[in-house]
Amino acid sequence: MWPEQIHKELSGAGVRVVGYVPDAGHKRLIELCQADQKMRAVVLSTEEEGIGLAAGAWLGGQKSVLLMQSSGVGNVINVLGMVRECRFPLVTLVTMRGEQGEFNPWQVPMGQATRPVLEAMGTVVHAPATEAEIVPTVNAALRLAYNSYASVAVLIPQRVIGIKSFQDQTSR
Amino acid sequence: MKRRDVVKKLLSGRKDLLVIAGLGSTAWDITAAGDSPLNFPLWGAMGQAAMIGLGLALAQPKRRVLVITGDGEMLMGMGSLATIGVQKPKNLTVVVIDNERYGETGMQETHTAHGIDLNGVARACGLNVVDSKNLQGAIHKAPGPHFAVIKVDAEKIPLVLPPREGALLKARFRRALLGSKADAE
Repeated sequence: MWPEQIHKELSGAGVRVVGYVPDAGHKRLIELCQADQKMRAVVLSTEEEGIGLAAGAWLGGQKSVLLMQSSGVGNVINVLGMVRECRFPLVTLVTMRGEQGEFNPWQVPMGQATRPVLEAMGTVVHAPATEAEIVPTVNAALRLAYNSYASVAVLIPQRVIGIKSFQDQTSR
Repeated sequence: MKRRDVVKKLLSGRKDLLVIAGLGSTAWDITAAGDSPLNFPLWGAMGQAAMIGLGLALAQPKRRVLVITGDGEMLMGMGSLATIGVQKPKNLTVVVIDNERYGETGMQETHTAHGIDLNGVARACGLNVVDSKNLQGAIHKAPGPHFAVIKVDAEKIPLVLPPREGALLKARFRRALLGSKADAE
């Protein structure tokens, strides 16, 4: 499954700090990072904190990754300015809402704005279309970020996560 | 108390202390005390100073990390105190230089001018609140995370500006801290 494979990629790349605001789509990956003795999983009160966390970790020589839902992208816009100005490497894995088959209308505006918002702030957006593309895309994002000092977001499509209703979401 | 005197005293005998400063007056204060490659003064990203300190403290557990920021900046990132309270980094101290004003925008009053108690917030989040006479020991030695508010005069004083290019500030900090490893990744 892709969460296990993403965890392997993060581990292989030497990621030590994992900031997250939970999302049902990230549930398994968060659990894997929490259970990994070499990783520090940091629960955030808002996604914005994850940008500061990643910047501080990099100042101290450690690689990190940031996990959030698409709604969280709206919470990080201004501080992405620091990432760009300082050329901090940053990898953000975004589970998408407000895309195909969304059941909560309040998710649609931010979900549809996620890509343009990130691009407007200088983040490179990778959007794998299928489950098979996710892991190679995460691998490429880690290399682009840490070899080229780029901010890179990987948008994990709602179709792959496959949550279809509130009942489905809470039962996961 | 005068903010420049307070910050100068905080940083006297700093040795290999790693210092993050919030945007605005505290960035000028740490620069007035003596610019250093181991200073990371922010020119933006309001609300993130304490979180940058947390990331740095987790990445460098053998070094001591000091965040110096203003009351307005801390108020914008108050949730980060809860996040720090969960992680409990022993090597992190956050000091708020509290003039009860937004100093860069016309000296408007902040919430702390109306009795909002940042020490109380930090204490409720599990940080160790220290008074100014124990601050040096907290910054350099005692297990943290520590938090302190130092009330200072609301005064307009000359700016003392650090380098302003973000990439330069980042690169010089990493080279000073990590040596040749900074460029090896």
